[in-house]
Amino acid sequence: MQTRIIIASTSLRDYLVLAVFSAVVLTAPVWAQSIGAGYPDLLQKFAIFGLFAIGYNLLFGLTGYLSFGHAAFLGVGSYATVWSFKLLSMNVIPAVLLSVVISAVFAVVIGFLSLRRTGIYFSILTLAFAQMSYNMAYSVLTPITNGETGLRVLRDDPRVIDGLFGVQVQGSPLADLFGVTLKGYAGFYFCAVILILGFWVAMRIFRSPYGMKLVAIKSNQTRMEYTGFNPRPYLLSAFVISGIYAGLAGSLMAIVDPLAGAERMQWTASGEVVLMTILGGVGTLLGPVIGAATIKYFENIFSAVNEQSLHQAFDFLPGWLNDLMVTLTSPFVGDGWHLTLGALFMVIIIFLPGGIIEGFRRIQGLFRRRPGKAGEGAQ
Amino acid sequence: MSAQGSNIVLEIAGVNKAFGGLQALSDINLKIEQGKTHAIIGPNGAGKSTLLNTCIGLLRPDSGSIRFLGTDLTQGKLKPHDINQLGISRVFQTPAIFPDLSLLQNVMLPAFAHKEGTFRFNPFEPLRDEKAVEDEAMVLLEDLDMADEAHHHAGNLSRGNKRRLELAMCLIQHPKLLLLDEPTAGMARHDTNRTIELLKKIKASGMTKVIIEHDMHVVFSLADRISVLAQGAIIAEGHPDEIKGHPKVREAYLGSAEV
Repeated sequence: MQTRIIIASTSLRDYLVLAVFSAVVLTAPVWAQSIGAGYPDLLQKFAIFGLFAIGYNLLFGLTGYLSFGHAAFLGVGSYATVWSFKLLSMNVIPAVLLSVVISAVFAVVIGFLSLRRTGIYFSILTLAFAQMSYNMAYSVLTPITNGETGLRVLRDDPRVIDGLFGVQVQGSPLADLFGVTLKGYAGFYFCAVILILGFWVAMRIFRSPYGMKLVAIKSNQTRMEYTGFNPRPYLLSAFVISGIYAGLAGSLMAIVDPLAGAERMQWTASGEVVLMTILGGVGTLLGPVIGAATIKYFENIFSAVNEQSLHQAFDFLPGWLNDLMVTLTSPFVGDGWHLTLGALFMVIIIFLPGGIIEGFRRIQGLFRRRPGKAGEGAQ
Repeated sequence: MSAQGSNIVLEIAGVNKAFGGLQALSDINLKIEQGKTHAIIGPNGAGKSTLLNTCIGLLRPDSGSIRFLGTDLTQGKLKPHDINQLGISRVFQTPAIFPDLSLLQNVMLPAFAHKEGTFRFNPFEPLRDEKAVEDEAMVLLEDLDMADEAHHHAGNLSRGNKRRLELAMCLIQHPKLLLLDEPTAGMARHDTNRTIELLKKIKASGMTKVIIEHDMHVVFSLADRISVLAQGAIIAEGHPDEIKGHPKVREAYLGSAEV
């Protein structure tokens, strides 16, 4: 699963990539219509999980440290945002800032302890911390997390800042940005702007000497040490940055739907972001976003299919064959869509270890080689 | 002796190191003078690499001291990166490079360590602004005839070229002491000769070097002084001409080899 990372690039190309990326993200409500994804709930998920995966890739893709506990920061970010909604204001600015600070603090503590080990031991330590957070959210921390019910925003919460400005909540409280309610497409656009900002920051990191040193750690950590670098602060800072991304993603989840539950911290959520990153392309800029969108898109399609719709799809077949096909395919859809995901994941790992991005590159390579061969023939 | 004291870059005094029952190094005393190329030769398993490893913090000696420009490397908790920052760079026996990075980046990275210290958080400074470092790295790559491949992945290089790249990675740090562990092992004769030329050039610049080498051609064309290590102890030390004719050395190491 070796990935090749080329960091150097011209500034013009970077701006072009950023412009195209922004355009694609901001016009998503238009083009996503054609693939049946043109509604805000799903687009929000694309943006939020895209951000989560970009941040995750800054740790895993650059330094090679495989964290299995990033869901903890997702959950922490969500809780922080809901608490900000409850205590401070329904405005998202303090909520986002609080989430960034709290998830950074968590990342410093967990990172400091986990980074004492490398390889599989590091992964297990992060997993242990995330599962600990998950279990504590359900048990001893119930006063903060509201346990199984999940933390909700209530009408009569104090909201000190809103109180100062005399803002009154009518109906059920919703997140807003200076008067604009972040629901539906407004919510999506808020997530989209944060995603683009996150993408831009990641791009800067990829192109900086700092980013190059992170790749050097992945490439040969021993050499790194004998070259005069102390890998620990590099690793810890990368861990905290990716923890902040996860906290931001968690915050956005709570913004588009003001609710925080402990299940967000479960290990399956940590595993999902690993899948997204690998599926899209580890260590690439765009890969994680593409991986996140792909998984969320297929999840949406496959989990909506049930036996009835399968019967309809195989309607053209004779009765017994119809039943057989439905029996064969039904484990792969609905709640069983993870089976499809697993199969897709295996195909990618075996045939395209560099993920979807490598697939694009191979296709690009095919087109590039052809004119080259023609040229050789002419000589 | 004390008058010469200021001239000594590295002073190894009474160093012992045992691995279980095996005495890898016994009572090693060695002085490396400023600007000199000091070769350590000896048969396989004599303890040459072990000695070098104690100098860079990879191994801690059981007893004795290793003083580098006034700092005792065996005292305190000096990490490998601290020792590098003091001014010791090393070429490893098996080439240690960054295979995922380009040749140019491989050479640029050590320059950052030399310039910025063990840690610098600059995620928003573009790499392309580091023109001075890049130019210096390119000059070094040109010296090695590798400038054409500057943007290729270092992982694809031949073993010999990886070695030469690693040498460039050390040189860009302008080390006060350069440790070379068999810098020409696994190289074709042509590359060996080019490496010797390069090392002679470095020698002319006055850089202090300790070199471990099997290839006697390399040793005798570069070394100012030679120490012969056998079974963990220094059995002879002196000028190359003295070593050539030393009976103990012939017996222990050179044997029937042509010199």
